[in-house]
Amino acid sequence: MSTTYKVPIGPVHVGLKEPVTAWLTLDGERIMDAKLRLGAIHRGIEFMARERNPIQVIYLSERICGICSFSHVLAFIRAIEDLSAIKVPPRGQYIRSLVLELERIHSHILWSGVACYSIGFDSAFHLGMEMRERVMDLLELLTGNRVNYGVATFGGVRWDITPEFAKATRDMIKFYRREFTPFRDIVMEDPIAQARMRGVGVLTKEEAVRYSAVGPVARASGLRVDLRKSSPYEAYSDMPVEPVVPQDYFGAAHGDVLDRFAVRVLEVYQSLDLLEKILDGLPDGPFVAETNLNKVLASLKKAEGVGWGIIEAPRGDDTHIVSLKGGEDNVLWWKVRAPTYASAVSWPLMFRGNELADAPLIINSLDPCVSCMERTLTTNAHGDSNIITKQELIKRCREKTDTLRARGGETR
Amino acid sequence: MFTRIFQQLFKNLFSNVATNPFPAVHMPPSLTDALSNPDAIKPPIPVGERFRGKLRYDRAKCIGCKLCMRVCPANATDFVPEEKKIIIHNDKCCFCAQCTEICPVKCLTMSGEFAMSSYDRKGNITKDSGAAVAGA
Repeated sequence: MSTTYKVPIGPVHVGLKEPVTAWLTLDGERIMDAKLRLGAIHRGIEFMARERNPIQVIYLSERICGICSFSHVLAFIRAIEDLSAIKVPPRGQYIRSLVLELERIHSHILWSGVACYSIGFDSAFHLGMEMRERVMDLLELLTGNRVNYGVATFGGVRWDITPEFAKATRDMIKFYRREFTPFRDIVMEDPIAQARMRGVGVLTKEEAVRYSAVGPVARASGLRVDLRKSSPYEAYSDMPVEPVVPQDYFGAAHGDVLDRFAVRVLEVYQSLDLLEKILDGLPDGPFVAETNLNKVLASLKKAEGVGWGIIEAPRGDDTHIVSLKGGEDNVLWWKVRAPTYASAVSWPLMFRGNELADAPLIINSLDPCVSCMERTLTTNAHGDSNIITKQELIKRCREKTDTLRARGGETR
Repeated sequence: MFTRIFQQLFKNLFSNVATNPFPAVHMPPSLTDALSNPDAIKPPIPVGERFRGKLRYDRAKCIGCKLCMRVCPANATDFVPEEKKIIIHNDKCCFCAQCTEICPVKCLTMSGEFAMSSYDRKGNITKDSGAAVAGA
C-alpha cells in the first residue's frame, strides 16, 4: 500500500528568494509530481504603463526585476526604437552591450553564491557575495547606482564611459580572472557539492526543446541557443559569441543542476572576454542620438505601430512588445515575456524522481525571477481584450445604487 | 578532508574586513535614539561621483513649465497652481534624474544625500532647498 502526501513549498520559504508555491506530491521522500502556483507577486506593471509616456515607462520597466533590470529596460527601449525608427550611434550600442555583460556577470555570480547557500555551503556563498561586490562597484562607478541603473535612454545611453571607468573595468577583468577561478574550483571540485548537484533536477535535451526552455537552462541541457549568436543586437554583431554548452567542456550534457552551475560560471568568463573586446573596439563619436528629451517625446507622440525587442538576458531571452498610437502620449499596450516565464513550463519536470530535500535547490537552479514571471493578459472568452477600468467599475457600482433607488430599495 | 575551500579560508584569516558597518558597528540598545544623534553614526563610505540622491530644488529659479512632471516616472512632483511652482514628494522619487535633464533652467539637481527614511510623509516634501551649492 502506498500513500502519497501533498506538501507545499512556499510562497514564503527560507530556500526561496521570491514568493512562489510548489505543491509537491510525495511518496515517502520521493517527489512524484509537482505543480507550481504563481500569482503571489503580480504587480500590474503593464497596466501602470498605460498611464505613462515611453520615457516614464523606461523606469517602470526597470522595476520589473532588480537583477536583470537593464535587460528589461533595453528590451523595452529596443521595442520602441523598432517602431519609431530611432537610430542608435555605435558608441551607444557598445556601452549598452558593456552594461549588459556587467549585469550578466553580477547576476551569474549572485546565483552561484545562492546555489551554494541552498545546499548549505555557506563559506562558498559568502565568497560569491564578496566576489560580486567588485562588479557592483563598477556599475556604481558608471551609473551611480548598484541596481536600477537608469543608464539607457531612447537612441543611446545617458552617461559616457570615462577613461577611469575603462581602466577600472580592465582591472576588474584581471581581478575576476585571478580570483573567480578559486571560487569555481572550490564548488565544482568539492566532492560533496558534486554529489549534491549531479543528477538532480534533470531536464533532458528533448524536454528542453519540447517545453521551450531558454537561456542557461536550455544550454545546460545541451542546446546551443543564444540570441547573441542567432540574432545579434547592439555590439554583438561585431563580435562572435559562442553559446556555452557543457558538452564542449565536460564531454556530455547531463542537464542537471551541476551543469546549470557550470554553464553560468563559464559564462562569467565569456562575459569577461566580451568586455575586453567591447573596450578594445569602443568607437568614438556621440553616445546618444538626441539629448533633447522634448524632441524625443514629440517624435514618440507621432510614432504609431507595434515594436519588438528581444535580447538575451542573464536568464534567457527577454521579449518586449510595445504598441504606440499616433497622437497619444501614453503607451497603448505593452507585453513582457520574461525568461523565467518561458523556462517555468519545464520546471515541474525537473522535480520528478528527486527527493524532497532537493526541492529548494531545483527551484533555485532555474535562477527564477518570479517578479519577472508574473505577467497577466486580460481576455474574454473570444480572446479579445475586455478590461474594466477603475472609473468604469465605480460608474457601474453607482449605477446599481441608482437602479436600486429607482426600484425603491428592492433588489429584484 | 582537505579541500580547496580551506586554502581560501586560511587566506581570509589574514585579509581585511570587507564591509563597513553602518550606521553603527554594534547594534545599539535603541536604534531610533542612535539615529537621532548624528555624531554617533559611523560615517558611511562616500558616494560615487554619479550617485543620484535626494533632489535639490531651487525654487527662485523655477519658471513653472511643468516639464519635470511630464517625465517623472513616479509622479513625485506636484504642481501648486497658485504659486506656479512645484513641490517634490521625496518618498515617491525614484532617483532617475530625468527631471534634472529636461529642466530648461536647471533648477533641479541631484545631491549626494541618501539617508532620508522617515516616519513623517509630509515632512519629507521638498519645497525649496535654495540655490545649488557646488559639491553639495
